[in-house]
Amino acid sequence: MTDKDKTEKKDGKERIPRQPMPEQDPKTRVGNFDEVPLGYTPETAILEAKRCIQCKKPGCVTGCPVDVDIPGFLQRVAEGDFLGAARKIKETNCLPAVCGRVCPQEDQCEKLCILGRKWDPVAIGRLERFVADYERQAGAVEVPETPAPTGKRIAVVGAGPAGLTIAGDLVKMGHEVTIFEALHKAGGVLIYGIPEFRLPKSIVDAEVEYLRRLGVKIVTDAAIGRLKTVDDLFAEGFHAVFLGVGAGAPVFMNIPGENFSGIYSANEYLTRSNLMKAYSFPEYDTPIARGRNVAVIGGGNVAMDSVRTALRLGAENAYIIYRRTKAEMPARAEEIHHAEEEGVQFKFLTNPIEYVGDEKGWVKRMVCQRMELGEPDESGRRRPVVIKGSEFTIDIDTVVVSVGTMANPVIPMTTPGLETNRWGYIVTKDETGETTRKGVWAGGDIVTGSATVILAMGAGRKAARAIHDYVMAM
Amino acid sequence: MHRITEKVVLSENIVKTVFEAPEIARKRRAGQFVILMIDEKGERIPLTIVDSDPVKGTLTIIYQVVGKTTDQLAQLGPGDVIGHVLGPLGHPTDVDGIGTAVCVGGGVGIGVLYPIARALKEKGTRVISIIGARTKKMLILEEESRGVSDELHVTTDDGSYGYHGFVSDVLRDLIASGTKIDRVFAIGPVPMMRVVSNVTRPHGIRTLVSLNPIMVDGTGMCGACRVTVGGKTKFTCVDGPEFDGHEVDFGLLTSRLQMYAEQEQLARDRCRCGNHDR
Repeated sequence: MTDKDKTEKKDGKERIPRQPMPEQDPKTRVGNFDEVPLGYTPETAILEAKRCIQCKKPGCVTGCPVDVDIPGFLQRVAEGDFLGAARKIKETNCLPAVCGRVCPQEDQCEKLCILGRKWDPVAIGRLERFVADYERQAGAVEVPETPAPTGKRIAVVGAGPAGLTIAGDLVKMGHEVTIFEALHKAGGVLIYGIPEFRLPKSIVDAEVEYLRRLGVKIVTDAAIGRLKTVDDLFAEGFHAVFLGVGAGAPVFMNIPGENFSGIYSANEYLTRSNLMKAYSFPEYDTPIARGRNVAVIGGGNVAMDSVRTALRLGAENAYIIYRRTKAEMPARAEEIHHAEEEGVQFKFLTNPIEYVGDEKGWVKRMVCQRMELGEPDESGRRRPVVIKGSEFTIDIDTVVVSVGTMANPVIPMTTPGLETNRWGYIVTKDETGETTRKGVWAGGDIVTGSATVILAMGAGRKAARAIHDYVMAM
Repeated sequence: MHRITEKVVLSENIVKTVFEAPEIARKRRAGQFVILMIDEKGERIPLTIVDSDPVKGTLTIIYQVVGKTTDQLAQLGPGDVIGHVLGPLGHPTDVDGIGTAVCVGGGVGIGVLYPIARALKEKGTRVISIIGARTKKMLILEEESRGVSDELHVTTDDGSYGYHGFVSDVLRDLIASGTKIDRVFAIGPVPMMRVVSNVTRPHGIRTLVSLNPIMVDGTGMCGACRVTVGGKTKFTCVDGPEFDGHEVDFGLLTSRLQMYAEQEQLARDRCRCGNHDR
């Protein structure tokens, strides 16, 4: 008898249990950059999809920021119609292979799955991933016919999750869409930020290629705000502009010694490794410090990505330095679990206050303070309070500062009439993302501050409908 | 893709490349730079734009062959392509309202300095240029610099041409002789910029230096190019590339430039393309 044949019992009822997804063994995977989870087989996918009870009022859909018809696609998987399932998802989500991997389903669709009240929820994310991978591997990705051209031109700034989503939606409505991307590759955080072992870049490339086949024009190496301004775009004849530029500027802690060599922002560390493929240096030209003792400061998903990258680059000791406790960590439980399995050392209630460098200006040690949890702060989490006289040092040779990001000011600075709030994020008038500048919408991290891929995609979808109405009324 | 239209070896290991980038050529102003990446396996490196031709749609860069990427770039000639060019980046130089400016350039930095001197001249500034190299063979842009300067001084470290000594020596003499100087632009190797800043500091002459640290994206996203200026962290790509020389922590800049010295040597050795000698 195999695992999947087993049923679980509760209150005298029997059900098929939630199907696990096989993963690379932790000891093996820290030695490579290959993807950690291996995906479902068609048999497991059907078994898992059959667990869905096809609710009349499906909670899962209300939890999805892009309104995927989840029961509809699960039904098709259960019937073995995987390509039909893929088409169903793509009606509202043009990046399913990405979402199946990086969405926090436990806080969205799966959280609202009725089965979860008594049993485990249906593994919606794993099935989405399976369906998208099946379609791609079968070479069966179909490009839907687009309606007659409307003659309206829309500029999308930033080829990240928000920009890719809105571009896909608008082009399917018959508009002419051009994405401007500052980096040399489209994908935004999917390309530069999320590591290969969590989201293979070939998958992002395939999703971007799908958009190109839909008719989206993508211009890379185009820094809007520098090469051309938003005003220039209107002057070139674009009818509307969407800003999905992300919250790309790294935050440092401004503590002594933070500019020593060997200290990176998470953005730089991950960009070198992911976008520039520094893990394949010298086959690729971009180097990266292969530290033996690496400290990653922070407790979010980006910190987990950084520390797991450090292990794969050969770190003997890879630490997470976090000023609160495990319970307050913003990272997904799955990411923390994977990091633990791989041997990451967590130093909770610890905060760096100074870095010490060697004679060459390379970081060699960090001075930390111990913290304790006090009263809850504005975020509702208990505030970390310094324990006086608790300073101690840790020997390290590489540091990755992963304490958040903020808005990059270049576009607001060069766009008259575009209002920002006191943190530099773009002010929107309503949930469609309309800004204070006529004809300009914004969405994703540049509006909300650092959030998730899927929330940015949701913002792109909402703005797409509003922009469609706007340009068609012109 | 950016097609190369011209390549000239200017001096020992200093090369000029002209390539097509029409949109950047139309927009670019003195003091700005590009990030370029030769091919999909390449590194992204920042290079200051020396000249642009909006009609032909070309940009000119001048660089010293110091590592794998510059070595590879110097191998490319007319008809070859550079895969990716991003720009124009950084703040343009503020050239308005300056009476007399001294433009001090060392080595390949003369290439970066030249467009600034030219822009100053076009604004009616009295331009005194001091350019220097280790030896005569390594001196670049002498005639071009003369053409945009009211006064030109040339130095070589070994005395093989012009004044025997450093550019900073000539500047010191100029100040001592009572020349009224409103602004100094100093661009070249880090030790040179540091010394020039030290020369002008006691006289309170505003001195701008153009920094060329390691960068990745060039748009303010990564912080690789951070420098300490007046005790504060600045990103060279979006806050610079010019900063007040009296406030820059040159020691930190020097050590951060050395961050990948070992890897750079390894990459260079693996693909050493040759000596780019005139």
